[in-house]
Amino acid sequence: MPRYAALIYSEEATEQPSEEEIGQVMADYVEFGEKSREAGVNLGGEALHDTNTATTVRVEGGKGGEIITTDGPFAETKEALGGFYLLQASDLDDAIKWASQIPGAWHGRVEVRPIMEFDTE
Amino acid sequence: MSLAETLRIEGGRILATLIRYTGDFHLAEDALQDATIVALERWSDDDPPPNPGGWLMTTARNKALDRLRREGRRTAKEEEAMRLLHEAPPPPDGQDDRLRLLFTCCHPAIAPASQVALALRTICGLSTEEIARVFLVKTPTMAQRISRTKAKIADAHIPYRVPADYELPERLVPVLVTVYSVFTAGHHAPTGNFDARVDLASEGVRLSRLLADLMPDEPECWGLLSLTLATDARRGARVDAAGDMVLLADQDRSRWDHDAIAEAAAILDESQGRRSPGPFQVQAAIACLHGLAPSYGETDWEEITELYRVLEGMQPTTVVRVNRAVAEAEVRGPEEALALLDDVDSEWHYLWAARSDFQRRMGRTGDARESLRRALAGEMNDSDRALLEERLAQLG
Repeated sequence: MPRYAALIYSEEATEQPSEEEIGQVMADYVEFGEKSREAGVNLGGEALHDTNTATTVRVEGGKGGEIITTDGPFAETKEALGGFYLLQASDLDDAIKWASQIPGAWHGRVEVRPIMEFDTE
Repeated sequence: MSLAETLRIEGGRILATLIRYTGDFHLAEDALQDATIVALERWSDDDPPPNPGGWLMTTARNKALDRLRREGRRTAKEEEAMRLLHEAPPPPDGQDDRLRLLFTCCHPAIAPASQVALALRTICGLSTEEIARVFLVKTPTMAQRISRTKAKIADAHIPYRVPADYELPERLVPVLVTVYSVFTAGHHAPTGNFDARVDLASEGVRLSRLLADLMPDEPECWGLLSLTLATDARRGARVDAAGDMVLLADQDRSRWDHDAIAEAAAILDESQGRRSPGPFQVQAAIACLHGLAPSYGETDWEEITELYRVLEGMQPTTVVRVNRAVAEAEVRGPEEALALLDDVDSEWHYLWAARSDFQRRMGRTGDARESLRRALAGEMNDSDRALLEERLAQLG
């Protein structure tokens, strides 16, 4: 079965959300996690800290070159990558159906990208 | 039937069925091409096989099997493809293969312009150059767009199926637009003589009928069927003995298919009873008014201009504006019609041909000549070019 990365993008909060809001989002994610794992769709996923915790690394001049680190995400955009799932679905329609149930799709957006499969033998 | 004819008329059906078996555009296209090469070697023009389409289908299936057998190790999907190619079962959902392919091409994960392009390529077998002409873009741009779309279907696993009933409404608009593009490519071919691909007009009507059966509660489906029927009904009068295009004003209306026009009008009547108007019903209404008019002069131009205004409110495009101006010229004269085109910025040859016609009627022969030259600078099929060149010669 094809696998897809579901990349969750949203605007980062400028104010600290209330306890209640955090609780609701957590509950929604727990529900999605349980449902998708039971269906054998959810192969894993993580939430990420804010982009202000990000560090971008680049090696100048290719392999073995000078390591250059910069504070912040690679691309400064209004909507930032906040988490991801690895989904296994029967086809794109199935993947879209599951992606639409990720709470991040209700507030931000979810980019669905097929995983490139390589022959491993 | 010659090989070229068989491919033209049956190629889309064969390809759609091969794609159902293999789930793979590339493999299906390669297999059909392999089969065509065998046919080129074996068929003679005076003695083609008794069932040329069936021959080509069987040979293409075998060629697809050969290609899969050559793969050392096969995935489960390829094993399944081999079984289907071998057994050649009818579609499990009983749906037409080209209809299924149409829905795949019109998947919402594919950009609208690519949906139509891919459908014209696969279902209609139009060349990349012809499709580029339809979209007014360069051929390499179109080649890239089509190959990216095919890659997305394969890599993202966009399914081959007619969607479930509850999914149909959101899939409706792109499917209708695509079928109308298929019809239009047949009614007025992008290259060669205007009627080089009349088979696609028939295919457009056939697909419209299948869609109306699939979604009988959608008035726009019936609108599309009415539109394609009423327009195609004029086919017999659109070509003269020399094979040249005859314009609406000069057509022998006794050669129109009046049964088809009556069917189109009845269908439109019923769909309009649902009081859910849309662009295809409006265009159907225009086509039916033309079809029911006893002569060009007795056409209800007032009503037609009114309908074009409604259509422009729904679809503010260059094409609609130009068609509206042509109708307005019959009611309000060429000056007002020309003014409607003042702010239209396009190199579309119909726009410049329409301007030229209005200018000629106003006695501005020099401007009319200049507009025709500008029209002729664009890309168009041979019939349009011949007609515009003749007009230019008449202007002296």
